[in-house]
Formats: sequence, C-alpha cells, structure tokens
Amino acid sequence: MEGFGSDLSSGSSGKMDTGTIMEQVKVQIAVANAQELLQRMTDKCFKKCIGKPGSTLDNSEQKCIAMCMDRYMDAWNTVSRAYNSRLQRERARI
Amino acid sequence: MENQGVTADPQLQQFIEIESQKQRFQQLVHQMTEVCWEKCMDKPGPKLDSRTEVCFVNCVERFIDTSQFILNRLEQTQRSKTSFTESMTD
Repeated sequence: MEGFGSDLSSGSSGKMDTGTIMEQVKVQIAVANAQELLQRMTDKCFKKCIGKPGSTLDNSEQKCIAMCMDRYMDAWNTVSRAYNSRLQRERARI
Repeated sequence: MENQGVTADPQLQQFIEIESQKQRFQQLVHQMTEVCWEKCMDKPGPKLDSRTEVCFVNCVERFIDTSQFILNRLEQTQRSKTSFTESMTD
C-alpha cells in the first residue's frame, strides 16, 4: 500500500507507465485477496477450534487450527473448481 | 478527478475490466466457501473426505441455483406488476 502512494508521488514529473500501474494493481489485488482469506479463515477456525478461550492457546487447539487451515484451503479450492466448472457449463449452454 | 488519462488508455481499460471480472469470481468464491463451510464442515480432519467434498460441490451448485431462482422470480413478479409499477421503475 505504501509502495503505491510513494511511487505515485515520486513519478509526479511524468505519467506513470501503464505496465507499472498494472503490476501494482495486481499486487494490490493479491494482497486484498490474501487479507480476505486470512480474515475468514481466522474467523472459521477460531469458531471450530476454540471452545472456551483458556489462558493459553494449548497444544490440541494449535493442532486443530493447523488442520482447520489446511481444510479451509481445500474447501476454498473445491469451491473455486466447482464454481468454475459451473460457469463453463453455463457458457457452453448459451 | 484528473483520471481521464488513466481511463482513456485502452490497454489499461481492458486490464481493469478483466481484473474486475476475476475479482468478482474470487469474491464469490470467498463468500461461498464461508457459507458452505458452515453447511458441510464438521470437525476438521486430517483430510477433506469425499463426502464433505461432494457436499461442497453441491452447496456451490445449489447456492448459484438459489441465486438464479430468486433473480428469476423477482423478475417475474416485477413483470406481472409492470403496469402498476411502470412509473416507478422507469
């Protein structure tokens, strides 16, 4: 996020070239997606693994969270594939 | 503001269109993963078992069906009321 702002201001003498803008937009999108995933994953795995918050994150909770993270990624990929194939089928029908 | 130069660039315009489309896809994947996680996931195990995977796939299909059904039905009810709401929707 800082990179974007500083580059814009440093390039005030001339126009930023299209390639640079596209690269930076791509980075921004990737960051936004990672944040989105992180937030939802934290939410879901907290709910699944932390029954009653204790004084520490104990061993079994950590194991559960690790497993939950992996399954959330599996779920994400499964959903992505299913949605993609649905789109493909609908496109073929038109 | 002064972003005319940006939006007028056809290469950039096309890029933004494609990225927006990709982003809508991603956003819906995030959303459906969350919804279907609640429906399909019991206790996270060492592996995503096939029953759960089938549940996720069905969940995605039915979620999209639901969305389309609602859209169609709303359209239908709107159409049958067109004479009534014409002045409002136009």
